[in-house]
Amino acid sequence: MHIAIASGKGGTGKTTVAANLAALTEGDETVYVDCDVEAPNGHLFLKPELSFSETAGIPVPQVDPALCTGCGKCVEVCRFNALACVAGKLIVFAELCHGCGGCVPACPEKALTESSHAIGTVSRGMAGDLHFVQGTLRVGAAMSPPLIRAVKAKAPDAAVIIYDAPPGTSCPVITTLKGMDYVVLVTEPTPFCLNDLQLAVETVRTLGLPFGVVINRADVGDARVRDYCDAEDIPVLLTLPEDRRIAAAYSGGALIVDALPEYRASFMELLGKIRDGAGQREKGKAVRS
Amino acid sequence: MIMKIAFSTSGKDLNALVCSRFGRADGFLIYDTDTDEYTVVENQQNVNAPQGAGIQAAQAVVKAGASALVTGHCGPKAFTVFAASSIRVYHSDEVPISEALQAWRRDALAEMHAAAVDGHWV
Ligand code: SF4
Ligand code: SF4
Repeated sequence: MHIAIASGKGGTGKTTVAANLAALTEGDETVYVDCDVEAPNGHLFLKPELSFSETAGIPVPQVDPALCTGCGKCVEVCRFNALACVAGKLIVFAELCHGCGGCVPACPEKALTESSHAIGTVSRGMAGDLHFVQGTLRVGAAMSPPLIRAVKAKAPDAAVIIYDAPPGTSCPVITTLKGMDYVVLVTEPTPFCLNDLQLAVETVRTLGLPFGVVINRADVGDARVRDYCDAEDIPVLLTLPEDRRIAAAYSGGALIVDALPEYRASFMELLGKIRDGAGQREKGKAVRS
Repeated sequence: MIMKIAFSTSGKDLNALVCSRFGRADGFLIYDTDTDEYTVVENQQNVNAPQGAGIQAAQAVVKAGASALVTGHCGPKAFTVFAASSIRVYHSDEVPISEALQAWRRDALAEMHAAAVDGHWV
């Protein structure tokens, strides 16, 4: 079962929910996958021992100046503006290249070859019985979807795989959500979060995935998030109260289910609802895209 | 001797203001210092480009045959293109192009060498 924990906005408690769920599902073989490659922080709570790490790269073109005639054909092919041709010379902006491979065959002089350009690392290890995988985007690298795909591909198959998605609704999120059986959207009851939640709901609906909402710090704001979920027929899977002890556990890098065992039941219930929601979908389809 | 000079602008004539942005400017006015005539090159396709607008805009300026550019800010990637084409880049505030042109003729505009803004403005 592939479960993504996402949120329209950062800082709503997405990682808290993901890490606690992952820590909870003992018995079943479980994997936690940190796809928030620009700011992976699940490791702060799960404290894995990383035993494996490899560089992920994308194929970026390299030009042989002796063969290049400066015809500009490759520049026309590149949809990402990663190539420029001036004064009979080709300039490759590797940090803009998406590695789509479009330009190499387009060169009539065979002046282009592919070379790997590092965009980040994928690391893997164990946190107790929990399998742990994370991606870390290289500073300055702009292209996270290929790294997220590499991270997902490195996740071992298991009964429960929990993906900590990047915040927002752009390409990295969509890359993460592809192939999921269920999506949990974490939000807070404030007007800003409501707006971002609505965008996230649109995204998940476009992808046709079953989903539900977790309202964190449920007593700090107003009822609009709740009303919206009711009006839209979106299940509210769990509400977490504003609890100073949760904040203290968080800042100390502790899991809620460890530090405050009275919350275990709530997270168990959340997992049950996710199972029910995902159960309606056929299982065993490929997640790797 | 410089023959053509490009100004980033959203206007169509010498009264229009120099646009402070380069890659996402609406267009470029290309002024020929020999004939005192000018043409306008549109940059519409780049205004909304998700990335690399400056690179494409820089190529458009190169294609237009300019040997100097007057603009507000120019990012590092566009600079790479200009350096490869030996185009000099000068800074101007958002003043009418005619004024910026006078200032350039008096050699009163500062030449820019490194990036004036960070990448995503490019
Ligand atoms: S591989 Fe694709 S994105 Fe990269 S330079 Fe070639 S065409 Fe552009
Ligand atoms: S298509 Fe080939 S020859 Fe033409 S500019 Fe690109 S690399 Fe050079």
